[in-house]
Amino acid sequence: MIRPDRGLGLALRYVAAVAATLIFIFPIYWLFMISFKTPDEIFASPPVWWPESIQFANYGVLFKDGDVLTIWNSVVIASVSTLLAMVLGTMCAYSIARYRTGGNFFSDWLLSNRMVPPIVIVFPVFLLFVKVGLVDSYAGLILLYTAFNLPYVVWMMRGYIQDIPLELEESALVDGCTRWQVFIKVVLPMARSGFFATAVFTFVFAWNEFIFALVLTRAEVTTFPVQVTHYFGGQSNFWAKIAAMSVLGTVPIFIAVTLLQRYLVRGISLGAVKG
Amino acid sequence: MSALRPPFADRNFKYLMIVPAVTTILLVGLFPVIYTLILSFQNVDMMFEDTSFSGGKHYAALVSDARFWESLLHTLIFLVVALPAELILGLALAWLFLDRMPGRQVFVALLVLPVTISPIVAGATWRLLFDNRFGPINQILGWFSDEPVTILWTVDPFYVYPAILAAEVWQWTPFMFLLLLAALSNVDRSQIEAAEIDGAGFWRRFTKVVLPAIWPVMAIAILIRALDLFRLFDVIWALTRGGPGTRTETFSIYAYILGFQQFETSYTAAMSFVVILLLVISITIVLRRMEIDR
Repeated sequence: MIRPDRGLGLALRYVAAVAATLIFIFPIYWLFMISFKTPDEIFASPPVWWPESIQFANYGVLFKDGDVLTIWNSVVIASVSTLLAMVLGTMCAYSIARYRTGGNFFSDWLLSNRMVPPIVIVFPVFLLFVKVGLVDSYAGLILLYTAFNLPYVVWMMRGYIQDIPLELEESALVDGCTRWQVFIKVVLPMARSGFFATAVFTFVFAWNEFIFALVLTRAEVTTFPVQVTHYFGGQSNFWAKIAAMSVLGTVPIFIAVTLLQRYLVRGISLGAVKG
Repeated sequence: MSALRPPFADRNFKYLMIVPAVTTILLVGLFPVIYTLILSFQNVDMMFEDTSFSGGKHYAALVSDARFWESLLHTLIFLVVALPAELILGLALAWLFLDRMPGRQVFVALLVLPVTISPIVAGATWRLLFDNRFGPINQILGWFSDEPVTILWTVDPFYVYPAILAAEVWQWTPFMFLLLLAALSNVDRSQIEAAEIDGAGFWRRFTKVVLPAIWPVMAIAILIRALDLFRLFDVIWALTRGGPGTRTETFSIYAYILGFQQFETSYTAAMSFVVILLLVISITIVLRRMEIDR
């Protein structure tokens, strides 16, 4: 672990670092480049690594045909379900963090819900949704994503709330605030940064999710990952559309995650590493 | 003040706060499991909604369903190859980026991007990369070969596993990397130096000092990834849909085909329930063995 900081050692590490990064970035580069290529360049053999000119015709088609509506569906479903999961989850987390509601059993049970494979959950839920008419509706997917994200939100927010010093809440209670007012006026502002970090991860999950969306959408509320798979044909794959649609669905996530670098580790490790 | 009973909302505050969340989770967490169990003892399929008691018929059929056991085997193969690969590569990367170097933050920010992509997009991307004529992978392999390489990565039974594993390991190695980098950064360097002065070699320093220190984080990372790999669906769906034939069919994909393409409702339910049981048993055993602290 102790290595000289300069000279040959550093140079070697630097070469390895650049090589590793290039390998991991290359598939993303390739995806983006295909989305800018003309059909001739996409179907050139040997493949073209750098298109003659950057052109946006592949995106234009998606807008003209209305395929970008699937991005809008993803925005609606991911945003509303994130908002709901955050509100319900933070309330629950506060109760667990400060009152130990339900004890260890309750928090373990909450988290265990996240371990069941989605295909197992979605099968009976689909049968239920058929009966109550929630298939292919915003409400159905929003409900499912909210419930599926709740254990994560509770787990993360519990950690963030436990980090807040207790004295402020106690003095607010002494000053005559109701417990609900303490939660809204004292706890929420203090847990703000953790709240937004958790919200982004919740959003990314709902945005990227596939199985639930595949089963529970038909034509009306198709989300963007399902739309990407619609372009896989038996004979010819619409590569330009696959690439352009994938890029449209990926760029917002890249931006969000880059802005949240600080919370990244804690967010994806269920708080196992306090960052 | 103390003579007055606090209002109802304050007295029951802690319960009122969890009611909405618990109700939602019960609907989507507990209801499916119970409904699955009920369905598995009925005779529901595409043609008939026959809710009469079927005994253990579907469970008995499951025992002799070779396709089911093969799908579990495929799931297991992906698990036992991808998980160690991601762990070792992630650890190597974390080691590489542990010490300061110019531009380290930029490297880390770039390396993390694959994790954030939708697995469907990741699968689609690798499908483009692996294309036998227009993809760059055969082209690159061709540079090291005398004749043009034309491997049908997503069709050839021999190459389809490496193809799926490449996509999977590519997407999730950065996950391991990120967690292990954070864990390694928290290791107390003076202990390592002390061990070095005592004459402990590299391997001894790693297993006796570093590994115990990063184990809590590593255990969580392994657990999260194992659970994810067990449910593997998206990447395979995008690359092969379980093909060629049923060669890369995982449990999740077989359950999807049974439930949503062949509408064998009760049979799928029995299968789902067996998998839930297997999962609960293995998680319990693993958690005991790993002794993860809360």
